[in-house]
Amino acid sequence: MSGPAPRSRDFERRAYVEIHNPNLQEAMGLAKQGFVGKRASAVAAVPEWEQLRAAGREIKEHTLAHLDWYLERFEAKVRENGGHVHWASTAEEACRIVVDLCRAAGARRVTKGKSMVAEEIGLNEALADAGLERVETDLGEYIIQLADEPPSHIIAPAVHKTKDQVSDLFHRHHRQYGLTERQTEGPALVAEAREVLREKFLTADVGITGANFLVAETGSTVIVTNEGNGDLTNTLPRVHIVTAGIEKVIPTLDDTATILRLLARSATGQEMSVYTTFSTGPRRASDLDGPSEMHVVLIDNGRSQMLGNEFHHMLRCIRCGACMNHCPVYTAVGGHTYGWVYVGPMGSVLTPLMIGIEDSGHLPNACTMNGRCAEVCPMQIPLPDLLRVHRERQHASRLDAPRARMMLRAWAFLARRPALYRRVVDLGARALAMLGRRRGRLRWLPLAGGWTGSRDLPAPQGETFTRAWRAGRRPR
Amino acid sequence: MSDSPQPVGPASDRPRVGLFVTCLVDVFRPNIGFAAVKLLEDAGCRVEVPDLQTCCGQPAYNSGDAADARVLARQVIEAFEGFDYVVGASGSCMGMLHTHYPRLFENDARWRARANALADRCHELLSFLHDVRGVREVRARYDSTVTYHDSCSGLRELGVQRQPRALLASVEGLGLRELEDSNVCCGFGGTFCVKYPAISEKMVTDKANHVIRSGAGTLLGGDLGCLLNMAGRLRRMGSPVRVYHAAEVLAGMTDVPPIGDGEASS
Amino acid sequence: MSDARARILADVRAALRRTEPLPPSVARGLEQRVAAPQANVQPAVDGDVVERFVAKMTAVNGLVTRLPDRSGISAALEAHCERHHVPTDIVVAPDPALDDIAWSNRFSIERRAARGEDRLSVTGAYAGIAETGTLVLLSGPESPTSLNFLPDDHVVVLDARRVVRHIEDAWATLRSERRTMPRTVNLITGPSKTGDIEQKIHEGAHGPRRLHVLLIG
Repeated sequence: MSGPAPRSRDFERRAYVEIHNPNLQEAMGLAKQGFVGKRASAVAAVPEWEQLRAAGREIKEHTLAHLDWYLERFEAKVRENGGHVHWASTAEEACRIVVDLCRAAGARRVTKGKSMVAEEIGLNEALADAGLERVETDLGEYIIQLADEPPSHIIAPAVHKTKDQVSDLFHRHHRQYGLTERQTEGPALVAEAREVLREKFLTADVGITGANFLVAETGSTVIVTNEGNGDLTNTLPRVHIVTAGIEKVIPTLDDTATILRLLARSATGQEMSVYTTFSTGPRRASDLDGPSEMHVVLIDNGRSQMLGNEFHHMLRCIRCGACMNHCPVYTAVGGHTYGWVYVGPMGSVLTPLMIGIEDSGHLPNACTMNGRCAEVCPMQIPLPDLLRVHRERQHASRLDAPRARMMLRAWAFLARRPALYRRVVDLGARALAMLGRRRGRLRWLPLAGGWTGSRDLPAPQGETFTRAWRAGRRPR
Repeated sequence: MSDSPQPVGPASDRPRVGLFVTCLVDVFRPNIGFAAVKLLEDAGCRVEVPDLQTCCGQPAYNSGDAADARVLARQVIEAFEGFDYVVGASGSCMGMLHTHYPRLFENDARWRARANALADRCHELLSFLHDVRGVREVRARYDSTVTYHDSCSGLRELGVQRQPRALLASVEGLGLRELEDSNVCCGFGGTFCVKYPAISEKMVTDKANHVIRSGAGTLLGGDLGCLLNMAGRLRRMGSPVRVYHAAEVLAGMTDVPPIGDGEASS
Repeated sequence: MSDARARILADVRAALRRTEPLPPSVARGLEQRVAAPQANVQPAVDGDVVERFVAKMTAVNGLVTRLPDRSGISAALEAHCERHHVPTDIVVAPDPALDDIAWSNRFSIERRAARGEDRLSVTGAYAGIAETGTLVLLSGPESPTSLNFLPDDHVVVLDARRVVRHIEDAWATLRSERRTMPRTVNLITGPSKTGDIEQKIHEGAHGPRRLHVLLIG
């Protein structure tokens, strides 16, 4: 597949580091409270929420079941409106198409709106390799571009940064524009980024955006933003390029209305994001502004392989980020720990499909199966079940951890032999109870360092329930 | 079954309940099992404990070992056929029986039917008492403010949330203080807590801090796995908060030391 | 490139257990679904749509001034400029529907697309949506999109009769009034915002710092 080099093998070590990183913990603490509370109020205000979820799911399932037809319908409509459609099977193909378009336009400076698929295909590196100046225009993306880091969240890419860290970054990088004072307040930081980026918007040759939807009815591509950066990106340059996964197509404008009602509430707790923009082809002959060329790059990059199996559920994902905002593992370790583009629960499902389970074996396992992600997913994606499917595949190909595998086999061996099981657990319960009799707990136990490293092990009471019950010994 | 003696009223009034003990209760905290028996009997049930039960198979299932999980599921299904209800004091194990057994046999019509039949009859203890047996109050006293952690499987797979609170409200002397983020995972997650100890520690530390900040003297919950985890962390942090399964309090069986406390510390 | 197209379509069909495009009978059904779009679930929007629009737009920090007729537009704009210390060199969309405004001679007016240094723009709007307090703006020679994003202040003249209940109503109107989509349809719900620094909301990220709707009628 390609795209950025994965670092997911490093998950465990990185998790440890981030849990002990005070900046990350401070930033994630703020984010968790904000996202969860705002979403909850927004959802509570819509009595029709569950019907909307069901309708959203139905729209996506319908489209996916006829995906070839809807893609061709979308393509025809884009062309009818004077736009161009390009198809890319792989990340490399997609990057090559975009780079070639930039070269053909004689571009030097390229502005970019936030696009997760662009991250997925490694477009940033491709643009740099082609000698193009890339300017990220979403404030969060701009911050991490200055920091030379990948996004740590799919809608809030700089969620891991504190305001202080942003101050430092701006102070260091904005000197070249004569902005030498270190700003420390939010509004001043936003104003400074606005000033710096305004010049970039006005002088860019190509604007690249992603798409939240591709509308088959009209051939429109849709972006949803709050800042307006996406609109300056798709309006001011001479060429507008849209990168989009093939699963983004939906039938009609009315269908976008349904999913938009789910999207903003799930993502930020807004009823509507500030700007929802439908772009259909290039500027018309009599228009006074707008790009004179518009290109849509439809990217497969493994999606068609998900369509025919249980992972097709994942193609409903609208990239709202609710699953990660509600994931206690994600909020503990931050997005970079996941080691690739997609993070949190949706990332733990997608990443193994895109880069291979060999390089991402931790991701489906680092989950308690608590189900909070599926509960809030606006598209009713059964994320824990999909993680379990990954685990089944790992188990089947003996890619799970050997020690855990051995212990589980031993446990299963016992558990299917009730008589033997009874003898072993009766003995074990008594032994542990004896060890912990006085304090009622054990501070250390051989082979149980994973538990006793950070918590005591409450000691058994002594006799097992079954033994006492059979002997007719009931308390009081 | 129709031949079995019926001491009081028709069978439907005194249903025959198979207690799913759960492996953790069996080994670590028999008191919860006896509390469940008492609560079920007080609610007019005849309780039996089938011999052949061991483990529900969830550790295997969640580790991707569906084959072993199926073997254990068959064992449970066989052991509990013929009961009017199957009840266990764990949302996690009962969620396994209720939600996941039928999925394990998706491609096996005969066992799927048997799994579905079990799923229809199985319940988590506290929701069974409240929703099926209509219990609204218990005769028990517990003089303490308590806080309550909603264990994930019970909450999301079986909808256990208001039932324990409703029952606890009837306990004399007990005052409930809601726990911040009570519906966020405590970091137990079965094998997760030993596979990813650093993350689990972070999660259970957050949980313990919420418990401590609630100001309650006692933490209750409905799942022993989570309670062992939280009690273990609270003790390691030096907190005096006592930890019980909600069933122990509802059954008035809190004369034994709390989870993680011994004779010396209680 | 057409190789990729063929490959992707073949892979999609293979995943859907087909080797050929959909049979015409099925395709006709899909064409029907696209040609005659149906609204799905819509949240209830009770009461007066204009009041709801005002309440929702205000809730997202959009400014709204209700005017009985268009004669008050110039004065409302003067008040805006005074209050927010905005110069009176303004850009007004070259929209014939805005030709009838009797501008005070305090204003210096240009009718064109926006430039980077413009401080305030005045545009019309195609519709307002009561459900969420959203404006619908269409691009065209009379309504260049840059006016909606480059200036610090964006003032929108909206006829109260153009306020509809749900976005689907605006789509229906658009389909009946125009044969094709304009290059750009902007749904705008409040002034530009960002939450990218510590999740605190700050206004005026890249687009207008202030959005002011003059609601006529």
